[in-house]
Amino acid sequence: MEQLLEQIASGLANGAIYACVALALVMIYVSTDHLNFAQGEMAMFSTYISWQLMNWGVNFWLAFILTIAISFVLGVIIEREILRPLHNAPVLSVVVVFIGLLAICNSMAGAVWSYLIKEYPSPFPKATFGVAGVIGPHQLGVVIVTLIVLTLLFLFFRYTPLGLAMRAAAQNPQMARLVGVRVDWMLALGWGLAAAVGSVAGMMVAHIVYLDPNMMSGILLYAFAGALIGGIGNPGGAVVGGLSSACSRTWSPTPAT
Amino acid sequence: MAALLEVKGLKAFYGKTQVLYDLGFDIAEGGITTLLGANGAGKTTTLRALCNMVRTEGTIRFAGEDLSGKPTEEIVRRRIAHVPEGRGTFTSLTVDENLRIAAYTRNDKAGVAAERERVFSYFPRLKERIQQQAGTLSGGEQQMLAIARALMLKPRLMLLDEPSFGLAPLIVVEIFRILKRINEEEQVSILLVEQNAALALDLADYAYVLETGNVVMSDKASVVKNDETIRKSYLGY
Repeated sequence: MEQLLEQIASGLANGAIYACVALALVMIYVSTDHLNFAQGEMAMFSTYISWQLMNWGVNFWLAFILTIAISFVLGVIIEREILRPLHNAPVLSVVVVFIGLLAICNSMAGAVWSYLIKEYPSPFPKATFGVAGVIGPHQLGVVIVTLIVLTLLFLFFRYTPLGLAMRAAAQNPQMARLVGVRVDWMLALGWGLAAAVGSVAGMMVAHIVYLDPNMMSGILLYAFAGALIGGIGNPGGAVVGGLSSACSRTWSPTPAT
Repeated sequence: MAALLEVKGLKAFYGKTQVLYDLGFDIAEGGITTLLGANGAGKTTTLRALCNMVRTEGTIRFAGEDLSGKPTEEIVRRRIAHVPEGRGTFTSLTVDENLRIAAYTRNDKAGVAAERERVFSYFPRLKERIQQQAGTLSGGEQQMLAIARALMLKPRLMLLDEPSFGLAPLIVVEIFRILKRINEEEQVSILLVEQNAALALDLADYAYVLETGNVVMSDKASVVKNDETIRKSYLGY
């Protein structure tokens, strides 16, 4: 029984992370019809940025927030500088650019911070947190943090004018222009948000998988699966899909590596 | 009446294909102007060209300001509301969200709230459907929503592309009656594109007849309506 609960807990914790990455994928997919293969590596790079900040003496939560902000800005810059010129390019060109972006993030992280595996701290207090023996403190913390992030995103898209404008731009760009929405900027904002959500996933998972330039490759695969199960164009579905792909993995009789 | 919109030498292209050739027309402030012509005459393209949604050359002056080369979203901010062909609504958003996004460029909260009430006075049915997804509305309701959406912008000029398209005759009559009221009560100038020439000529003050991207004639709507030659050769009724 205890083992079952443990498995459920670890499934949910992993699932929360997959859900974040899946959501990042879906956010870009709904507005551009492209799957960003570099989403995982962008998140990994963000995680290194947070590690660097902590290495300079910034405490975890400040580094966490700074990294989200930096990732957002980087995401916006990537869209405006790298993808904007490809607006009317055939889909394969965009795919090649995504793969290039993946390789660049990976090698840059390796070049700056080396390929050696690093330990990454958990911000959650060990002793007093979690349900003893069943749910680890870090697992519980991951679930709570991602739930907060997902809730904030939901509220943003549901209730703010900007969130509504972003949804309108994704659904029907031409109509959105006709109501005065600056669609190009909405795309860039979407990229920024996706990068920010991805960075949360990276910073939450790094304590579990350790920090190294390839840490997100496996996670991206499960996030893809999650996004697809959820119907790729559906943000809520991506979250459910991410959770279920993690749970099915941890609950299956032969554990994956 | 001063011209609100002056169009001179308007050309439009889809890729390399030229669709409009040196089109010129004026729209009077406060009036209803209609563009008529057969399929492929360039009516829809003219409306799209005004909002820079196709590649365009020529001058478009709106209230004295040159609009040529400005992106669509900037033209809209000059309070030109375009209701495109096939109903311009966001089908996966609710009626409420459609109305909210329509006022996206406006900052005056009180004004927007007042607009909303006025829109409901024209289209009470939308109020009943407020939380429904726009895609689940009937064709007539979607067209009403598209016009309501345009009104939320508090437009000076409304461009309407075939508001009668695919609707039952009774609904069409209702919508055209509301358009007349909007024109009179809100002082909105209207540029109407219609296949149904008889209907359009009843509503409009002034008409331009297009053929393959050129204006072949223009006159008061009442004159065009009573000119049998024009009716037979260009309007097909």
